[in-house]
Amino acid sequence: MFSRAGEEDMTTDAFPALSLVPKADAPQSAKDFKSDQEVRWCPGCGDYAILSTVQSFLPDLGLKRENIVFVSGIGCSSRFPYYLDTFGLHSIHGRAPAIATGLATSRPDLSVWVITGDGDALSIGGNHLIHALRRNVNLKILLFNNRIYGLTKGQYSPTSERGKITKSSPQGSIDYSFNPVSLALGAEATFVARTIDSDRKHLTEVLTAAAAHEGTALVEIYQNCNIFNDDAWEPLKDTDTSDDFMMRLVHGEPIRFGKHQEKGVARKADGHLEVVEVAKAGLDNILSHDAHAKDPGLAFALSRLSNPRTLANTPIGVFRDITRPSYDRLMRDQIAEVIEAQGAGDLQTLLHGNDTWAVS
Amino acid sequence: MSKQVVQLSRVVIRFAGDSGDGMQLTGDRFTSETAGMGNDLSTLPDFPAEIRAPAGTLPGVSAFQLHFADHDIMTPGDSPNVLVAMNPAALKANLGDVPRGADIIVNTDEFTKRNLVKVGYETNPIEDGSLDPFKVHPIALTSMTVEALKGFDITKKDAERAKNMFALGLLCWLYHRPTEGTIDFLTAKFGNKPEIMKANLRAFEAGWSYGETTEEFSIQYEISPAPMRPGTYRNMSGNLALSYGLIAASKLSGLTLFLGSYPITPASDILHELSRHKRFGVMTFQAEDEISGVGAAIGASYGGALGVTTTSGPGVALKSEAIGLAVSLELPLLVVDVQRGGPSTGLPTKTEQADLLQAMFGRNGEAPVPIVAPQSPSDCFFAAIEAARIAITYRTPVFLLSDGYLANGSEPWCVPDVSTLAKIEPNFAYELNHEAADGTMEFWPYLRDPETLARPWAVPGTAGLEHRIGGIEKSDGAGTISYDPDNHDKMVRLRQAKVDAVARTIPDLVVDDPDGDARVLILGWGSTFGPIGAACRLVRAAGESVAQIHLRHLNPFPSNLGMILKSYDRVILPEMNLGQLSMLIRAEYLVDIIGYNQVRGMPFKSDELAAVITDVLESG
Ligand code: SF4
Repeated sequence: MFSRAGEEDMTTDAFPALSLVPKADAPQSAKDFKSDQEVRWCPGCGDYAILSTVQSFLPDLGLKRENIVFVSGIGCSSRFPYYLDTFGLHSIHGRAPAIATGLATSRPDLSVWVITGDGDALSIGGNHLIHALRRNVNLKILLFNNRIYGLTKGQYSPTSERGKITKSSPQGSIDYSFNPVSLALGAEATFVARTIDSDRKHLTEVLTAAAAHEGTALVEIYQNCNIFNDDAWEPLKDTDTSDDFMMRLVHGEPIRFGKHQEKGVARKADGHLEVVEVAKAGLDNILSHDAHAKDPGLAFALSRLSNPRTLANTPIGVFRDITRPSYDRLMRDQIAEVIEAQGAGDLQTLLHGNDTWAVS
Repeated sequence: MSKQVVQLSRVVIRFAGDSGDGMQLTGDRFTSETAGMGNDLSTLPDFPAEIRAPAGTLPGVSAFQLHFADHDIMTPGDSPNVLVAMNPAALKANLGDVPRGADIIVNTDEFTKRNLVKVGYETNPIEDGSLDPFKVHPIALTSMTVEALKGFDITKKDAERAKNMFALGLLCWLYHRPTEGTIDFLTAKFGNKPEIMKANLRAFEAGWSYGETTEEFSIQYEISPAPMRPGTYRNMSGNLALSYGLIAASKLSGLTLFLGSYPITPASDILHELSRHKRFGVMTFQAEDEISGVGAAIGASYGGALGVTTTSGPGVALKSEAIGLAVSLELPLLVVDVQRGGPSTGLPTKTEQADLLQAMFGRNGEAPVPIVAPQSPSDCFFAAIEAARIAITYRTPVFLLSDGYLANGSEPWCVPDVSTLAKIEPNFAYELNHEAADGTMEFWPYLRDPETLARPWAVPGTAGLEHRIGGIEKSDGAGTISYDPDNHDKMVRLRQAKVDAVARTIPDLVVDDPDGDARVLILGWGSTFGPIGAACRLVRAAGESVAQIHLRHLNPFPSNLGMILKSYDRVILPEMNLGQLSMLIRAEYLVDIIGYNQVRGMPFKSDELAAVITDVLESG
């Protein structure tokens, strides 16, 4: 479990980061968060599962519905806000983190969520993403990664594997791909996690941890686009293979995976990480996961274990969750300090300045 | 020694030197003393884009021109009566603007062979007779400063650096300026470097005393205060006035001022200024790029703040898509464009009016945006409030088109009584506003006010008004996604009609035609107000009649503009572009325009515009 927000304790105290957001007067249900709009994703799209999980998860936060805002960019996933009965802003391509930054900074009483995709966040909006992460604005960014451009009908994206054949890469893509978790960690993110659309329980756990975090949380969600990139994450979803391919990171626990927990992560002599057989390496040599480590080095090294093509050794869970004051809090503090020290500003005094002369 | 005192009615002084010589500071100080004397004044700083171009070169010359008078004036002056040239480069770069007979004060210490060669002087102009048409005052400013600072515990470099204060002291003596302000200023500025402070004060006094004792200057000048309407005055520059206008708009509307901005010349000073006013709850967000600056401002507006983004032309180009989003979302947003020379990087520190059509049309689709332009540095205050009024009342992005000349120029400003400024009502939505077919009440985010056509502004946190909106076309009223052809046609027209409706709240233009019989009208917008007004005075003083109007609202135009244009035989329109407003006027009113266009990075000169008017008058 995540140490920051245990399932057993779903009172408001589980979400100190949301302490300024007004609480709901009565318990809510998933139904309260369904809007009257007809959902228009392709049948079978992974977005449905995410929407349903989010609708079920939001009541856990216990916040007034009108104080929750979903901001999105452009792409299939960015239609998400229309289907939630909260405030919602469907903006322009790649700019959701920038828009949400202005909203979250000026409105501490809101819980602000950004919905984005691999093209939206990592290609056209890459600059806004990395700067939101380093500033640690109080935003929760859900990045739906389906490794393809869906809405524009199937071009390779910044997370598509090299060699991928798409409409715009008939001979195979020659682009090397981003690993969103590595990127976020390099961008000084304070919270970085990865989860999977179809794993309702894990997705809920990660969303809970993200909501509890003060500042920017980046949650990469592996999402299936069954029309243009079906089964992109299949080895992680197929119950026959998933245990072998996927390692679940749990804070404070040894990093082990495999059908019989026979594999683990250990440090090599040269300092790098490697996947080893636990029996051979010895349990003492298996690394424990520390999501709260100040230094992001190990989290980054973990993010590099996976093979972008075969998906072998793919970690999911919270890579990093550290405490750093959020940008919006620091800005409010600066304003409060000045007003405390000098009093609120007086417009007439300001306009006068201190270098005037009188004409009578 | 008592010297002869001569009364003058107006003087134009230009301080020119190397970028590192402190000419802007010298000019600012002289301006402050002059303002305190009660003269009317107008200033024109002119500096290079490079922070420190190579010393002593022509590109490195920085200048500051100040026009002051015992009567009301409208421009920083066409040409200097006095040029202070701190080095050969400053002399060479500015001599072309100096009329015969004017005074030139040169710092002879800098006229070394090496410095002369650097700017292509083969012989020393002070000695070769080329300056004979002028009254030249060769003064060893640097060495006299160093001499005066002997015994101070400072480096030779610091001593030499104080020469601008020596020059300032001399000019203050020459024009009878008070010295207390500068003494206070230096005391405060170098408070933590007492030795440097004392040295600068000493240099300033030494310059003053030099004037008093030298035979180089036999005459001292006096310029009486200008008659001005009673009130409290201060000197005001454009970017400062604009910043204060934004703070005032925030106060008047009760909305938090949120600035999203990326540094860019010549707009950055607004970001700097607003970041100092946290006492007013101002939030300044220095964004990672121009797009993020406007994006964050839109996000803040969505949350019920007064979202503002400040930039110059290249930044506007980057923000275009987001401004289109604000048009579609129908949210208040102020886009401040402090125009500079373009296209592309263009002339970052020079002025131009060539972003008008970018502001008007620079977006995809039919995306009308109201445009407001201030006409003088201090008018930036009122123009900012007016732009905010339109943005908030009509839920629309609004362009505020300042320019480099307004931004950095300054003039005396009669400080307004804030209780006289009209409040701006945000009128947030709190109630459900539409009855559904089944009789229940619901919220329609695009149900418009019949008068303004503005939509309700329901901010997050308002219970029951949860709604989803975006850049996709919305159905009229309900605001849900709509691809219906008729609905789109209707929404495009509604957005245009809403912007057109702003005209109903714009005051009628008042023609300035003191003789009442003018047949030629001169029209302008933005920062050309000063030069055009001064030109009209010159023409009228010569016995001719000319009428003047000046546009503050460029979109929509004031309702009576067409009627005014049609009542004159001919219309002259000077612009610092190739005819952008002319194009709009011709298209809108089918009135022909005699354009006078110049894009030299400098404001118009009034005598040049007077000649244009006279030509038109005579050709009629
Ligand atoms: S194109 Fe792909 S991502 Fe988009 S809605 Fe269809 S299945 Fe989902």
